[in-house]
Amino acid sequence: MASRGGGRGRGRGQLTFNMEAVGIGKGDALPPPTLQPSPLFPPLEFRPVPLPSGEEGEYVLALKQELRGAMRQLPYFIRPAVPKRDWRRLPRELKIRVRKLQKERITILLPKRPHKTSEDKEETIQKLETLEKKEEEVTSEEDEEKEEEEEKEEEEEEEYDEEEHEEETDYIMSYFDNGEDFGGDSDDNMDEAIY
Amino acid sequence: MTQAEIKLCSLLLQEHFGEIVEKIGVHLIRTGSQPLRVIAHDTGTSLDQVKKALCVLVQHNLVSYQVHKRGVVEYEAQCSRVLRMLRYPRYIYTTKTLYSDTGELIVEELLLNGKLTMSTVVKKVADRLTETMEDGKTMDYAEVSNTFVRLADTHFVQRCPSVPTTENSDPGPPPPAPTLVINEKDMYLVPKLSLIGKGKRRRSSDEDAAGEPKAKRPKHTTDNKEPIPDDGIYWQANLDRFHQHFRDQAIVSAVANRMDQTSSEIVRTMLRMSEITTSSSAAFTQPLSSNEIFRSLPVGYNISKQVLDQYLTLLADDPLEFVGKSGDSGGGMYVINLHKALASLATATLESVVQERFGSRCARIFRLVLQKKHLEQKQVEDFAMIPAKEAKDMLYKMLSENFISLQEIPKTPDHAPSRTFYLYTVNILSAARMLLHRCYKSIANLIERRQFETKENKRLLEKSQRVEAIIASMQATGAEEAQLQEIEEMITAPERQQLETLKRNVNKLDASEIQVDETIFLLESYIECTMKRL
Repeated sequence: MASRGGGRGRGRGQLTFNMEAVGIGKGDALPPPTLQPSPLFPPLEFRPVPLPSGEEGEYVLALKQELRGAMRQLPYFIRPAVPKRDWRRLPRELKIRVRKLQKERITILLPKRPHKTSEDKEETIQKLETLEKKEEEVTSEEDEEKEEEEEKEEEEEEEYDEEEHEEETDYIMSYFDNGEDFGGDSDDNMDEAIY
Repeated sequence: MTQAEIKLCSLLLQEHFGEIVEKIGVHLIRTGSQPLRVIAHDTGTSLDQVKKALCVLVQHNLVSYQVHKRGVVEYEAQCSRVLRMLRYPRYIYTTKTLYSDTGELIVEELLLNGKLTMSTVVKKVADRLTETMEDGKTMDYAEVSNTFVRLADTHFVQRCPSVPTTENSDPGPPPPAPTLVINEKDMYLVPKLSLIGKGKRRRSSDEDAAGEPKAKRPKHTTDNKEPIPDDGIYWQANLDRFHQHFRDQAIVSAVANRMDQTSSEIVRTMLRMSEITTSSSAAFTQPLSSNEIFRSLPVGYNISKQVLDQYLTLLADDPLEFVGKSGDSGGGMYVINLHKALASLATATLESVVQERFGSRCARIFRLVLQKKHLEQKQVEDFAMIPAKEAKDMLYKMLSENFISLQEIPKTPDHAPSRTFYLYTVNILSAARMLLHRCYKSIANLIERRQFETKENKRLLEKSQRVEAIIASMQATGAEEAQLQEIEEMITAPERQQLETLKRNVNKLDASEIQVDETIFLLESYIECTMKRL
């Protein structure tokens, strides 16, 4: 108990290892205390070696950037969909129009690929669906039927869709978003003409 | 999966497939195998979106599924496969060097689409090649098919597992998900297709290039209704084979750097001869006799048999041990030590990193400890001929970064520090792992920075794109020089400067990603082959 009192006994200030071996000699000044957190990036002592340039490097670089762009245009790039609207608050005519465009969007997103893979997709979609409740099965089956019908119509629309696709599709998203603002703005005054 | 890997996967998925696929993919990587309902519930996305995302991921071989008991289908993500997406440009470029533009486009289509049937690939590639050709020329399907067959023969593309053809009329309900099987023999078997046709240009239907008669066009529309002959046989790019090729390339260039061109050619010949006979995870190639090698040398090299023997002896005696002698029959049987070669390459990478990060004196100490395996601090100072204080400093710096580790050997059972040996040693496997982890972090940082730079200058980029579009359309309709000048001046000089800087930075960041990916490949191959051996 005496030795535990306040740590002022004989054992004070002794370390388990030999201080000289570490490099701090007796009587040397300790390093200055750190008053602030260490900097975000450690100081760079040596400059990095330059990147390999040359024909191969540039070709691969161009390829990489091209691939990145190409993948955004493929149907595999799924863009976040517009949220569901409350149709009770909006005029019915808007509903049909948006639904039609919504259908187009679904068909853009899914097969622009050739037939066989799309049918395979429908196979796997159907297999996924067999686990679902009936409601969801019915709606997605409906969608697929509409897709199949519209695939032929799509050939005319396809060129137009490609143009839409080549621009930032975000514009199309905001285009639809106007519908929501429209509905939100003209809350009770449904008399106003909606352009 | 480490946090760094998950972060990198998330960035890659987001860049290539969008945010919804990214959310689902990252959730699967984090939590392992899960059924559809649980995924939808946990991520809070609608069932529709989850289905679409899963379709995309399965199509690209990033997620696999399995039927569990009670008919529940569970989905599992392959994190390492997602990381391969960094290497797509390298795969495509390699195919270009081996099989020229046709092969390049075939592999590109397969990588971009995940899986495709042969006829689809041939048609797409022919169309794309026709676009780039001069007016009046088209690409024949037969040529593309030939290249495809060659790719399949050398195992660069392989068949995906397919739905088994069940003969029994099982009265029960069909299984919720097909169990796909693939026969080893069939993996590279190309179906017998007679694909006749030429590539089509994507122009208005009036001007059909190559003057195809109008009679052909109704045939094109009927093609859509005819069943495609190789229905259900899908092909994918065989990434393992590409990795084997990269590994061979690395070994050959290492030999060329260490010795000379001729020895590297000999090693390349040996590797080429064992391409198909040796599996990708073997430790050694099959033994090859010196006579065989002599016969298979490329035609341009007319070195005599004795010179070849001398080179082989030299290679076998080299301390790096890339080539080993396994027998004396047939003029000497030689093998290539693939695992040792990979270990040497990984070690060289580590040394190079230490040198570039800490300086050449640190590199000297590092190489010393590597060579002598275990050294005390005093011995390090003596052998490296570096003053004690500096040597201490450097050792501790490397120790703090985990390139070097400390091995304690107690003299007394109470492990008293004053009576314990502390030996410095390099554990190559753990140092390689540490470096790999750092590489993943680096690439994640590089991608983030690139996205940040692009976002900062988004307004400027959009403006320049618009201006370019305007100029292009005006040129197409034949505008005067003055008008074009005017439009071009819409972008002011400082803006142009900014664009230049942006472009330069983005290029540099992209090139760095590609460079780090090469290091990742070496380290991953080394770790994989070492783990297999243990």
